[in-house]
Amino acid sequence: MLGRLWQGRRIPLAWLLLTRQPVRLLVALAGIAFAGILMFMQLGFRDGLFDASVTIHRLFDADLVLISPRSSSSVSMAGFPRRRLVQAMADPAVEGITPVHWNLLLWRNPETRGTRSILTLGFEPGDPLFTDPSLAPKAKLLQDRGRVLFDERSRPEFGPVAEWFRSGRTVESEIGGQRVRVAGLVGLGTSFGADGNLLTSHETYLKLLPNTPPGSIEVGLIRLQPGSDPAAVVERLRQRLPADVTVLTKEGFIAFEQNYWRTSTSIGFIFTLGAAMGFVVGCVIVYQILYSDVSDHLPEYATLMAMGYRLPSLLGVVAREGLLLATFGYLPAYAAGQGLYWLVRNATQLPVTMNTTRALTVFTMILVMCMGSAALAMRRLADADPAEIF
Amino acid sequence: MDLDRLESGPAASGTVVQVAGLSHWYGAGSMQRQVLQSVDLAIAPGEVVLLTGPSGCGKTTLLTLVGALRQVQQGSVRVFGEELHGAGRASRQRLRRRIGMIFQGHNLLRCLSAEQNVQMGADLLPGLGYRARRDRAREWLRAVGLGDHLNKLPHDLSGGQKQRVAIARALAARPQLLLADEPTAALDSRSGREVVDLLKGLAREQGCGVLMVTHDPRILDVADRLVQMEDGQLCQGARPIE
Repeated sequence: MLGRLWQGRRIPLAWLLLTRQPVRLLVALAGIAFAGILMFMQLGFRDGLFDASVTIHRLFDADLVLISPRSSSSVSMAGFPRRRLVQAMADPAVEGITPVHWNLLLWRNPETRGTRSILTLGFEPGDPLFTDPSLAPKAKLLQDRGRVLFDERSRPEFGPVAEWFRSGRTVESEIGGQRVRVAGLVGLGTSFGADGNLLTSHETYLKLLPNTPPGSIEVGLIRLQPGSDPAAVVERLRQRLPADVTVLTKEGFIAFEQNYWRTSTSIGFIFTLGAAMGFVVGCVIVYQILYSDVSDHLPEYATLMAMGYRLPSLLGVVAREGLLLATFGYLPAYAAGQGLYWLVRNATQLPVTMNTTRALTVFTMILVMCMGSAALAMRRLADADPAEIF
Repeated sequence: MDLDRLESGPAASGTVVQVAGLSHWYGAGSMQRQVLQSVDLAIAPGEVVLLTGPSGCGKTTLLTLVGALRQVQQGSVRVFGEELHGAGRASRQRLRRRIGMIFQGHNLLRCLSAEQNVQMGADLLPGLGYRARRDRAREWLRAVGLGDHLNKLPHDLSGGQKQRVAIARALAARPQLLLADEPTAALDSRSGREVVDLLKGLAREQGCGVLMVTHDPRILDVADRLVQMEDGQLCQGARPIE
């Protein structure tokens, strides 16, 4: 079978048309690669920023999350009655709950005395908060009043807390006029809305924010029995609980946050526009190349038609040229994309990584770009009139 | 099945080309201009017919009509017994696979080597493997005396050599009719002579009819029959050369 295909092969006309003009080919590939790199960067930044907005959200040990319907994003979380979370316990599929306080508080840099807002989570030190098991032993340290766990991956503007703590110093600072002491370090990561993170106990949190209405929390984590269907439980809880609380799956909670940044800010638009521009630039380049290629070879195409080659087989040659350009333009774009992502990760701590979806998206766009341009260039082939070449 | 038809076609009908009452016009309305007036012409297998006449008299139009490159407007053109009047694009295109064409400019594909150019002709043959088609291309190049130039690009070949590659390409598709439009126009007298002799010899061997348009007085003697054309009409001095 394979042998028959091999024996049935023809002169690789598309390949030869491209490679016998190496300069033009290189220009074309550089153009396509450039367009691809542009798309990789723009889409990478966009996804990276959206990913970065849910750094904390992903860490929670929860299957379902309760939030207030008045919450619009992580930077403006509203409270809801803690009772609702307890009521959720009534559902047989619910295994455990963790009430969480969530707010942005002003942290005083212990070195410069300047203040900056930091995301502070308050929880019962005995309750599970994150899926990362290394938190539990550190959470015990929060049982003393006025103790906090500081995120060592917070931006440096919060002060050299981690270095001081590691060197054995007692690090103390102030939040809202209250003195707090750093009891340990955790590694969480910054997000869009928060440049740094603090964990503290429920009790300390209330001391830092004395105006919190009693019995009010911002986030309720719900863990389900193994094997239960989260979607079904969400449905049951929505019916059972009053409208002053929103029930989400953990994915829904992540999507809720990302959706805020996507729709209520221009970030998504800006970067998608950037990617679209890369696409358009690529289209123009490839079209130019293929169109002039077809134009230059028009008498040759006409000759082939006079010899008895069918128009579809000649269209196939142009299509294969498009396919070859797409493939060989994509490879350097992919490699450069990987390299640039690495640079961006190092420079900004944004979680910009190559993933299959984006790699495929960009390849599809390059393919559409090349094949669309090829289709447009093919119209020129209709001008190849074999009767005119005599 | 294509092969069967290829072998049987002309032999069965006795003539390769049969043109009767062919008229052709260019343009439309008041701009319409007649280029061919009731032309009659027949070509037998293996026969070499030379068509001469002043430029603009309609020779090339006749060639493109016989070559199934244009729609026949009036009259009848039968090639291998198939009527071209009213034939659709697809059937004309299918017919063209059995007609070899040699152009004034060699019209080789610039990006292909001599061997690959000839193989583009051989690739039209159905049912042959890659190697068979490549060997056929090589054979033809050797037959036209270019066995040492297989891998050269047209760019590196002389005018006469390019025209010989074009002949090999036309013949590699095993045509039963060869149409040539001033194949010697771009060549000096010696290589022009060589090319025409080669063309004639190979056409004879293949039993393939040849219709050649030429202005070149030096090659008229290769013709089995000389046809003069003037103002779209054949002058019936269609006499064989002594």
